[in-house]
Amino acid sequence: MVCSVTLAQRDSSLFKRIAVDTAGLLMNMDAVYSRPAVQIGKIPVNVGGYVELNSAYVSRDGIAEGLSFQIPRLTLFISSSIRDRIKFLTEIEFEEGGKEISIEFASVDIELHPLLNIRGGIVMNPIGSFNQNHDGPKWEFIDRPLSATTIIPATWSNVGAGIYGKLAKGDWVWAYELYATNGFDDKIINNSQNRTWMPASKDNRERFTESFNGVPLITGKTAIRNVGLGELGISWMGGVYNMFRSEGIKLDKKRSVDFVALDYNTKIPFIKTYINAEWVWAFVDIPDTYTEQFGNRQQGGFIDIVQPLVKKRLLGWNGASINLAVRAEYADYNVGYFRQAGGRIYDEVVAVVPGISFRPSGQTVFRINYRREWQRDLLGNPPAKLAAIQIGLSTYF
Amino acid sequence: MRSQYWMLFTLCSMIIACSKLLPAAPAEDQILDGPVEGLSAEQSIIFLRGDAAFNNDVFTQQTGLGPLFVATSCGSCHAGDGKGHPFSTLVRFGQRDTTGNTFLGAGGPQLQHRALPGYVPELIPSGASFSTFMPPANTGLGYLDAVSDAFILSLADPEDKDGDGISGRPNYIVPASYSQLRAGSIVANGKYIGRFGKKAAVYDLLQQTAGAYNQDMGISSVFEGVDTYSGLLVDQEVSTATIHDVVFYLKTLKAPIERNTGDPVAKAGKVLFNSIGCAKCHLPDMQTGISSIESLSNKRFHPYTDLLLHDMGSGLDDGYTEGTALTAEWRTPPLWGLGLAKKSQGGRYFLLHDGRAKSIEDAITWHDGEAKKSKERYDQLNVEDKNRLLKFLESL
Repeated sequence: MVCSVTLAQRDSSLFKRIAVDTAGLLMNMDAVYSRPAVQIGKIPVNVGGYVELNSAYVSRDGIAEGLSFQIPRLTLFISSSIRDRIKFLTEIEFEEGGKEISIEFASVDIELHPLLNIRGGIVMNPIGSFNQNHDGPKWEFIDRPLSATTIIPATWSNVGAGIYGKLAKGDWVWAYELYATNGFDDKIINNSQNRTWMPASKDNRERFTESFNGVPLITGKTAIRNVGLGELGISWMGGVYNMFRSEGIKLDKKRSVDFVALDYNTKIPFIKTYINAEWVWAFVDIPDTYTEQFGNRQQGGFIDIVQPLVKKRLLGWNGASINLAVRAEYADYNVGYFRQAGGRIYDEVVAVVPGISFRPSGQTVFRINYRREWQRDLLGNPPAKLAAIQIGLSTYF
Repeated sequence: MRSQYWMLFTLCSMIIACSKLLPAAPAEDQILDGPVEGLSAEQSIIFLRGDAAFNNDVFTQQTGLGPLFVATSCGSCHAGDGKGHPFSTLVRFGQRDTTGNTFLGAGGPQLQHRALPGYVPELIPSGASFSTFMPPANTGLGYLDAVSDAFILSLADPEDKDGDGISGRPNYIVPASYSQLRAGSIVANGKYIGRFGKKAAVYDLLQQTAGAYNQDMGISSVFEGVDTYSGLLVDQEVSTATIHDVVFYLKTLKAPIERNTGDPVAKAGKVLFNSIGCAKCHLPDMQTGISSIESLSNKRFHPYTDLLLHDMGSGLDDGYTEGTALTAEWRTPPLWGLGLAKKSQGGRYFLLHDGRAKSIEDAITWHDGEAKKSKERYDQLNVEDKNRLLKFLESL
């Protein structure tokens, strides 16, 4: 991330700001622990968080919905080192002014060896890059990427356990993660969105207490990073989403839901252009007798390009920067053709989001985005056109 | 001071730029959605409630969908309130004669070919005839609803007394028990004039709406309380108020607005439309009677239908019927909005009752029976005149 490289600040009072690793070998999987935080005295607990504040003027097909203000999320995180090589971190998110409060992450990590760590608790499934690396202040864009939030339902976290490890050698670092967690439920094809909608499973809060069908969701990721070339990750997440058996009675066959994602990020030397991209494919086993409104394949992705323009003392802030940014994104919620009627199924969204950001420091971003979006319905009728002018602030605290 | 001017200039530029950056609203004549003119504030609120129920409410297993169904929402079959797509066609099955549907106990009259996971969709029973129906556009229905029976009957010529080969007649049906009979309804042998549906077998928009909730989505109501899967009387799954809101919405959706009315090519096409006899069934002008909705009372409108049944020949005879219609008889479909059909059909035309015609010309070619003479006159037109006629039809 453009802002991920931050320098430590030392406070003169009891609060001590914790430095973020600047070695250049941090990966997306490290995002949860590579955040600015404050330590209180000698208590081995770090506290931090971030907040996002936005305002948007949205017009859909020429009908303006007026100006609105949002506080989409306020997130608190607390971490502590319990003993050597045993640590705990939790992330609690208040969404939409407290309408929804969720524990996005709460896990104990035990390091047996750099290549073998055990993690248990509420974990963020390592699918794609955004799901684990989603903090608002790290991004030049007010809206989260469509494919990462509506195909991969970021932030997607579940109760479970697994292992991870890293191996660094010279300019290279390789990492892996593998978890078994609770997973999806049949809401993904039984929801008021009228399409296969992975985020519908997030409404099921019981997934934090028990599995919907007793079959674990397996998520695995491997990634490799070179200091000069960037990071490339490939990940898979798969499980069963339906209630195939109840009270010992077979109701249906096991129906699978699988995701495959590729992610890449790099910073081009000299011009310092930052590129971040992710693409995901999703596959859902849907009964043939159900409606084709609910697609059995989805795909989508985004690419963000961020170009720093100025980095110097601005308005009294040392090291402040102004960045130009653009995002192109796409989400196809129903890949395929009508079985009987023939013809392609659409149900897709394309968006382009240019923007400009001002960062007084790496931890705070003021951003202005202009969002242009074209959404086509299932049949491919002329797209609904949306434009939004968004202004926002996001900062760690 | 200079920097303040510069900032003011920048601010003004940004405001102007922002207004240019927002998408323009489509022209009113390019969309079907929107209310008739003259609704009161109270009526507008009901219209918006009905709009939301029609276009936004998606039924799920938890809210009563199915278990057998055709679609999950009203809007699934009527994108933008326009015509449907082959994906959203429905199949009706039953009998060949006018004695009534003998397959009601076997899942009739409508096939629910989709099912919730774990359930088996219906199949057409052995011995039943069937027909595929393309969902129609919803617009202007309130005007058609407000036409008096006497006006419709005045257009009928069942014995073809004028000798033009066209013998339109109404479909006499038994209204639903909950339908409110219109003032001045004409009754014949205990049956009333139907005006909605491909066979004009539906009396009013309440019957159409409650029937669609039940037969299309498997949603029971106080009006249609029998579950299409079990055949049992079940709890209401949609409120009575919502059904009334949707009926009001359908009644007060505006009529499609003709485009290119000043275009000389389209004007010439309209002359041809009349001269070759299309307008004898696709009647351009109608008049509403008294309506409880003031905006619909005593209004002249242009639906291009006579709401009567016509024998369309063997090519369009599916062997299935409803009410007193014969199997080859179809209600004249309104042509208003025809040129906008592609905008709700995925960029292509799917015309006639089952969407078999992939162009307007294709649809004309299928005309036979009472429309045979007009179709032959169309065939005799030169290419330029055919294009004029098609241009006119696309302007509707």
